[in-house]
Amino acid sequence: MAKIKYIEFNGTEHEADVANGLSVMEGAIQNDIPGIDADCGGGMSCATCHVYISDDEWLKKLPDKEMGEDDMLDQAFEPKSYSRLSCQLIVSDDLDGLTVHMPEKQV
Amino acid sequence: MIKTDVVIIGAGPTGLFCAHQLGIIGLKCEIVDNLDKIGGQCIELYPDKPIYDIPAVPECTGEELTNNLIEQIKPFNFNFHLSDRVQELKNEKNKWLVKTLNGKEFETPNIVIAGGVGSFEPRKFPTKSAEKYDGKSVLYSIKDKTIFKDKSVVIFGGGDSALDWAIELSNSSKVTLVHRRDEFRGAPASVQKIKELSDNKTIDLITKYSIKDIQGNGSLESVEIKSETGESKVIKADYVLGFFGLIMQLGPIAEWGLNLNKKTIPVNTENFETNKKGIFAIGDICTYPGKLKLILSGFHEGALAARGCFKYARPDEKYRFEFTTASSTIKDRLGVKE
Repeated sequence: MAKIKYIEFNGTEHEADVANGLSVMEGAIQNDIPGIDADCGGGMSCATCHVYISDDEWLKKLPDKEMGEDDMLDQAFEPKSYSRLSCQLIVSDDLDGLTVHMPEKQV
Repeated sequence: MIKTDVVIIGAGPTGLFCAHQLGIIGLKCEIVDNLDKIGGQCIELYPDKPIYDIPAVPECTGEELTNNLIEQIKPFNFNFHLSDRVQELKNEKNKWLVKTLNGKEFETPNIVIAGGVGSFEPRKFPTKSAEKYDGKSVLYSIKDKTIFKDKSVVIFGGGDSALDWAIELSNSSKVTLVHRRDEFRGAPASVQKIKELSDNKTIDLITKYSIKDIQGNGSLESVEIKSETGESKVIKADYVLGFFGLIMQLGPIAEWGLNLNKKTIPVNTENFETNKKGIFAIGDICTYPGKLKLILSGFHEGALAARGCFKYARPDEKYRFEFTTASSTIKDRLGVKE
């Protein structure tokens, strides 16, 4: 279990306890947190669960991107070097305290 | 005006298999899709990616699945209306009058929405200033490449469309290619070619930059780009092209008075009808307790929705369940000889 903080573009903060094994994307969807669309349902086939990891320490701590994630991020709204697809961030105890920022929009 | 039993919106796997089921039970349908090809997400998002969870098919690609589904409905000779989008629905005396963007009209008792997550549209630049020039000098697809002759063209993107057009237009235009990172996702041969063109100064290649602003006075004059570390550059441009792939938009579906739950349409699980009589929703676009966004679920939903359509298309007939193995009527419809 990990406590994940989701911050909307307008600054609204949400916190959710997300079970290990779920993705950060699923944590948002299951808790009705706005700002993450996840059109494809977690298949790394769209770029609508895009988040920013603004904290450098966290960015380094997260597992590396798999092949294809950066390709999808090319197609996201305003991607940056610290962008991730939240469907690819699988929750474990190690992610406790992670904060993700949502972009202005997903599509 | 085309009269038919069912209009299917969406030519992805779910829509195609629903068409098959309609053909099996003796109904006619017309299929409309916004893309210029059949296959939906399977063909647009992952034509080469293997799929492992189609029942009895251990492994197939999105393209193979699509081709097999097309083959399976061939006997029924259904019409496809591609590069078109259903725009308006009107109910008249238990019939739906359907109008498309290209001006086609259908009269039908049934509509099956198999629209995935909506229709595919190009992702546009996030900058407000780009809107002013949209369709004139800011473009997301190319219809006539001769307009770029001897012009300055700035292309954004790192996939095949961006690379292919940068290579093609470099013959007769001054091309600058801008991408947000050093790696490209296009075909290795194209990436190699781009590097050569950049090395011999045929094109300007700028990486780790993205668009900041578009400037002009009536006509487009330049585009300003920014790096993440705050640097910016201004590049003279007659045309700015963006190739960031496609996004999915619900579009007009949201305006038909259907109940919506986020971007999905709630349905019953008996025949996948929506809150509107004669409008069914199947596949990724429908929702119900326990919904799984799997292709196999879409097949099941399409089979039941097809039976739901029968009731309105043949109000005076009783639907009779038959197996394809045993029914000579079905074999006739399929055109198979016994």
